[in-house]
Amino acid sequence: MSAFKVPILKVGDVLLVSIQSDIDDRAVVELQQRVLEQIERTSARAVLIDISLLEMVDSFTGRMLSDIASMASIMDAETVVVGIQPAVAITLVELGLELKGVSTALDVDDGLRILRERMKDKQRRRAAGADDWHATAGN
Amino acid sequence: MQQQEINRIQIEDNDDVVRVRARVREAAARAGFGHVDQVRLVTAASELARNIRLYAERGLVEILPVRKGNRRGLHIKFEDSGPGIPDIKLAMTDGYTTSRGLGKGLPGSRRLVDDFEIESVLGEGTIVKITKWL
Repeated sequence: MSAFKVPILKVGDVLLVSIQSDIDDRAVVELQQRVLEQIERTSARAVLIDISLLEMVDSFTGRMLSDIASMASIMDAETVVVGIQPAVAITLVELGLELKGVSTALDVDDGLRILRERMKDKQRRRAAGADDWHATAGN
Repeated sequence: MQQQEINRIQIEDNDDVVRVRARVREAAARAGFGHVDQVRLVTAASELARNIRLYAERGLVEILPVRKGNRRGLHIKFEDSGPGIPDIKLAMTDGYTTSRGLGKGLPGSRRLVDDFEIESVLGEGTIVKITKWL
């Protein structure tokens, strides 16, 4: 059962992770490591995690999602989690999980749009920052 | 009172926690719970079955449809012979953990069900019983 691996696809600058079935804790930890390895290996700038088929997110899976988002951010990649089912959202809040630092979107299209905007913003800010630096250095 | 079958699952491996989730979902659906309540029960069961793995390594989960007067519900018992909990009040506090987890397992799962009982004896083990009514 735990031999099953969640596929990670690269589309443009984005890593697409779709969790298709209930997985055990070991597979959850393994997925987290593979996502980070793939960010490094492929220089992906963003991660989209689709959990629309997950019928339950407990504290362990919830923490994995937060951890992937913070670790990816340290590696300069944006993360968005898409497709949280209404019953899952209700249960997460009752459980006391806030999914700190995790951006969410309704579906994959919405998530991709948000990620592209953020990557553009980041580039723009960097370009502006570089200009400022040149301007100051010139004085 | 009609004959109700008890569903027993031995917890020995991480896969067994996944199995508990699947069995609880089936039992909750069969008992007539709506979708959100099914997810609440499955999530609480997942937290408590994982606690068995974390603290005692192995244990037993029993799922039992129950009836009290006209009320029907689902009762689940989590039993282990692990080290026991030194301070139950502290263990039921949000954010308290001895496993580097989030400390949401016990207090969180209590919020997801109607009845929550916990008994623990140091060196002998822990029993958690939860019930949700339709």
